Amino acid sequence: MQIYLPIAEVSVNAFLLLGLGGMVGVLSGMFGVGGGFLMTPLLFFIGIPPAVAVATEANQIVASSFSGVLAHFRRKTVDFRMGTVLLIGGLVGAAMGVVVFNYLKSQGQVDLLVKLCYVVFLGIIGGMMFIESLRAIRKSRAGNPVPTRKKHSWIHKLPFKMRFRTSGLYISVIPPLIVGVLVGVLAAIMGVGGGFIMVPAMIYLLGMPTKVVVGTSLFQIIFVTAFTTMLHATTNFTVDVVLAVLLLVGGVLGAQVGTVIGTKMKAEQLRIWLAIMVLAVCFKLALDLLIMPGELYSIGAAAGH
Amino acid sequence: MRVLIALALMLAALPLRAEEVVLGLSKNQISINTTFDGSEILLFGAIKRDRAIPDGELGVIVAIAGPSQAVNVRRKERRFGIWVNVDAVEVDAAPSFYAVATSGPLADLLTEVEDLRHRISIPRAIRSVGAPTSVSDAQTFTEAVIRIRKANGAYKIEEGAVDLAEETLFQTQIELPANLTEGAYATRIFLTREGQVVSRYETVIDVRKVGMERWLFALSREQPILYGLMSLAIAIAAGWGASAAFRLLRQG
Repeated sequence: MQIYLPIAEVSVNAFLLLGLGGMVGVLSGMFGVGGGFLMTPLLFFIGIPPAVAVATEANQIVASSFSGVLAHFRRKTVDFRMGTVLLIGGLVGAAMGVVVFNYLKSQGQVDLLVKLCYVVFLGIIGGMMFIESLRAIRKSRAGNPVPTRKKHSWIHKLPFKMRFRTSGLYISVIPPLIVGVLVGVLAAIMGVGGGFIMVPAMIYLLGMPTKVVVGTSLFQIIFVTAFTTMLHATTNFTVDVVLAVLLLVGGVLGAQVGTVIGTKMKAEQLRIWLAIMVLAVCFKLALDLLIMPGELYSIGAAAGH
Repeated sequence: MRVLIALALMLAALPLRAEEVVLGLSKNQISINTTFDGSEILLFGAIKRDRAIPDGELGVIVAIAGPSQAVNVRRKERRFGIWVNVDAVEVDAAPSFYAVATSGPLADLLTEVEDLRHRISIPRAIRSVGAPTSVSDAQTFTEAVIRIRKANGAYKIEEGAVDLAEETLFQTQIELPANLTEGAYATRIFLTREGQVVSRYETVIDVRKVGMERWLFALSREQPILYGLMSLAIAIAAGWGASAAFRLLRQG
């Protein structure tokens, strides 16, 4: 069944959109990532204009994250205090990111820098997570219990300490604020929720327990992406609500399935699968930059018209 | 003096009036609704004459053009091992859609001069003036626009798609793709003899969104804050609804 999207101005198959939404929704529920870093390139691929894809994806992430976070509320795996600190950083970062984005756009290099950002961040995070999870799995196979990470690094020497009861942490608010700002900037530039960067940062940098990481990151993502959606809707007019509804109907159902799968899998297994996925996307994007493209020319909207 | 020149011009133009195009369209308005999946336009017409059929090869050319926009064409080059946009040329006006249907090979029906005057073939329909001095081969950028848009079906030339019967009646069908842009689609029909345009007829096909499509589009432009809030409300309601439904499903 073909459906015409009023803002994107293209006609696409409704079931294709439902299917894409569902597939990405499962991943979103399993790993607590918004799935934007997979969905945005997929939307480009089926012919949605990039500007519409990025803006609409922000709106869709709000829905899938909301559905996911409700499931985590009930299991009490959301650290509201930590979530709020991350959120404050995130909103500041998103506003900064939009300024950077508009500057790059005027320079005509926004595509390249977005892709480079993806390759660098996905590469570093995917690689780190992959090695770390392999080590953890090997240790648990050897019979020894996995040692809990209670390293006292420079992070514990910073001022403005705060107690985060749900996470069982007593740390300074500076690192979570910085993580929030960073994620906000990247979210605005790359048109994603930023979960794939925040989740590893929370585990490895802040030392939060894996169980609360997913719910807390979803909590932060909802508000940051809602803010981004409003920015796009009011400045670029590129949020396509019909496209968003189709994606999110598939997405929210998928997220529920994903959350169930996620709770049944071991944390180490979950992490290694996320690492493999992140590395696969990184590899594909790097190849696109390195291999000579089939079409050297591209058509864009003219500036100042 | 001016009157004399005008009279002379009219007299000179008279023989051209010997043959004239009369046209019918299956529809002159295309409504884009939710289930819009492209459209087809049937053009039919006749050639009116007040004398015997003149000699020389007769041709009918139909051209439909979507609204023109300025586009920025960029070219990638390898820098530091990766492919980067380097040169850019702005093409001043390129139609979002352009289809040409003819009764025979275009090169036989139309001379270069006439093509240049009436802007009929695809390369002539695109207007490009200035290019930055750093780019020496601006022409390749215009060619790229044609290549890319031909590949995705936005530009097409169908030689021989117009059926011409008894040098008098003609008809053709033009398919409009699903990703149409809103606007006035200029439709031109040219009658040619020996490569010269002897008569032309112009009309406009109006392409516009209707119903929910129109309402959403208008809301997003006129009340963007309301539209954004509505999108968010729908997203949150759907997220909550699906979550509640799924829980009921598992309990039941």
